[in-house]
Amino acid sequence: MNMIVCVKRVPDTAESEVHIDASGRDIDKSRLSFGINECDNYAVEEAIQIKEKLGGKVTVISLGGKENDEVIRMALAKGGDDAIRLDDPAFAGSDGFAVAKALAAAIKDLEYDIVFTGALADDDGYAVVPVALAELLGVPHATYVKDLEILEDGKRARVGRELEGGLMEYLEIELPCVLGIQTGINEPRYASFKGIKQAAKKEIVVKSAADLGLDPSEVGEAGSWAILEKFSVPEVGEMAEILQGDPEETAAKLAQILKEKGLI
Amino acid sequence: MKDIFVLMEHRRGELRDISLEMLCGASQLGGNVVAVLLGSGVDSFAEKAAGYADKVLYVDDPMFENYNSEAYQKALSALIKEHQPGLVLIGNTAQGVDMAPALAVELGAPLVTDIIALEMEGDKPKPTRQFYGGKLNAHMTLKDAGMYILTVREATFQVGEPTKSGEIVKVENPVKEEITYRKFVEYVEPEVGEVDITQSTMLVGVGRGIREDKNLPIVEELAKVLGADLAASRAVVDAGWLPPDRQVGISGKTVKPKLYLAVGISGAFQHVTGMKGSELIVAINKDPDAPIFSIADYGIVDDLFKVVPKLTEKIKELKGA
Ligand SMILES: Cc1cc2nc3c(=O)[nH]c(=O)nc-3n(C[C@H](O)[C@H](O)[C@H](O)COP(=O)(O)OP(=O)(O)OC[C@H]3O[C@@H](n4cnc5c(N)ncnc54)[C@H](O)[C@@H]3O)c2cc1C
Ligand SMILES: Nc1ncnc2c1ncn2[C@@H]1O[C@H](COP(=O)(O)O)[C@@H](O)[C@H]1O
Repeated sequence: MNMIVCVKRVPDTAESEVHIDASGRDIDKSRLSFGINECDNYAVEEAIQIKEKLGGKVTVISLGGKENDEVIRMALAKGGDDAIRLDDPAFAGSDGFAVAKALAAAIKDLEYDIVFTGALADDDGYAVVPVALAELLGVPHATYVKDLEILEDGKRARVGRELEGGLMEYLEIELPCVLGIQTGINEPRYASFKGIKQAAKKEIVVKSAADLGLDPSEVGEAGSWAILEKFSVPEVGEMAEILQGDPEETAAKLAQILKEKGLI
Repeated sequence: MKDIFVLMEHRRGELRDISLEMLCGASQLGGNVVAVLLGSGVDSFAEKAAGYADKVLYVDDPMFENYNSEAYQKALSALIKEHQPGLVLIGNTAQGVDMAPALAVELGAPLVTDIIALEMEGDKPKPTRQFYGGKLNAHMTLKDAGMYILTVREATFQVGEPTKSGEIVKVENPVKEEITYRKFVEYVEPEVGEVDITQSTMLVGVGRGIREDKNLPIVEELAKVLGADLAASRAVVDAGWLPPDRQVGISGKTVKPKLYLAVGISGAFQHVTGMKGSELIVAINKDPDAPIFSIADYGIVDDLFKVVPKLTEKIKELKGA
């Protein structure tokens, strides 16, 4: 099995304050920590597990600047074989479609049985790339994949897609294909010390838009379906009543409220 | 204004709520609302949709008994090419997400996914969607085109009373060949566990803020003195700290307890969808901007490891008294 895994580097915003920057179209990232997109981590693991079982090769691809190398190297350390980074000022402002075009241009001439992506990026939440990429490559796809089994002939896969309410939809799909991986499909490993050392020495091939045969008008904002006009802070209806005080006081207040409501 | 196509979503003999929601949303935009129904023997859905649409295009074919994104894409693109709508609305659901981007690429139509609000500027949609797990709203501008595709988050539009009686037009299935490269096999129900959290009177919902499963005893202790059951965010279930049947949210369970106490849960809409109907919602989270506070009744902005043990203690005291 030859596999390609697309990984995105995203800021961790779940636990930190998010501030709109002066442009109004981006956020202040100076104090945020970054890492691999959550479901991409599961996608990497899935590819490596298949390689361990059936043999083959795992190529890691990421679109972004030099800072993405850290994320790429972590995937290499876990068992990825080689890596490509797509980097060009022309990629700035790309939406899911423009990213998919760049990825497709990089992937189309490679040999692959499965292209893995995450189901959705934690920052933009588009959930566009896997399905758009498959269409651009002209291969079948499935996204929200939470179960995967390569069937015996190695030409088909049994894929479980997770639907609302946790219902699983099973389908059979022909390879080559693109699969958008959902969190929870496996237990992502940690990279070993040895793996990290080896990955540090691996070459990451960098490709520009021109290297990919793409005109600047096809990528970035120019090649996107939509551009982000501006950010705003969501209007919250009625905010929670925030209980004030130290933990001793807030806990006492809450316990009192629960008592008044007849819950204790 | 050109027609608005709205894709009807159904699964296992049920028309899903998102379908009528989108029809109602589309009706506010001006323009003819056309419900597009791909199904097999689902006349009752066609009738239902007709109450909210100016026309129902209905393809009745065994091919559409179960959802297959490839078959849907082929049928939709043929119908779109024939009827030339100006706007196509598709649910931002597990079905819609698996098809809309491919359809947009095929038709060369700009797509914006997961919209939460929509205005029109002439024929052009001006959608709003969210970034960073709901921390920011993003106002999007689409490229000029003859047709646009939007996927719509569930519960973005309210379903009102049926006020229309659109004509139901049965059309021939435009997809002639059988699709072999992707085949529906079966549905598998999620496993049932020992506790049915949809029946619980009180729930303590645990999120990634708990850090490690070895910290679970502090919430277990709280749940015990309260007489509540433990529920979880997806992050906690993915990590294997609590079993899948405890998961609350869009891909888990929908719960409506008397009390939902969210501990270390950020409040992503996929989680909130499953618990916002709870009678009393309380959140403990150290991040004052956590979206969970916008749906909670009461909040404590602090470290859960300090607050939860104190809360357990205080409840014990009150119970003893
Ligand atoms: C298709 C799809 C379906 C999904 N379905 C579901 C679903 O059904 N249910 C679901 O829950 N999610 C679902 N998700 C995932 C969802 O988007 C979020 O990723 C998830 O809900 C986050 O879980 P969390 O709040 O526990 O973690 P995080 O978002 O990481 O939040 C952790 C929170 O804990 C707080 N915290 C950290 N440390 C402390 C401390 N010491 N004291 C107090 N607070 C602390 C942080 O401030 C933060 O707000 C789905 C996603 C997708 C794409
Ligand atoms: N810049 C990028 N580089 C590599 N892969 C990406 C990039 N952006 C998105 N992807 C992949 O596409 C998936 C879905 O992203 P999105 O469509 O933006 O939600 C992610 O989980 C990644 O696997």
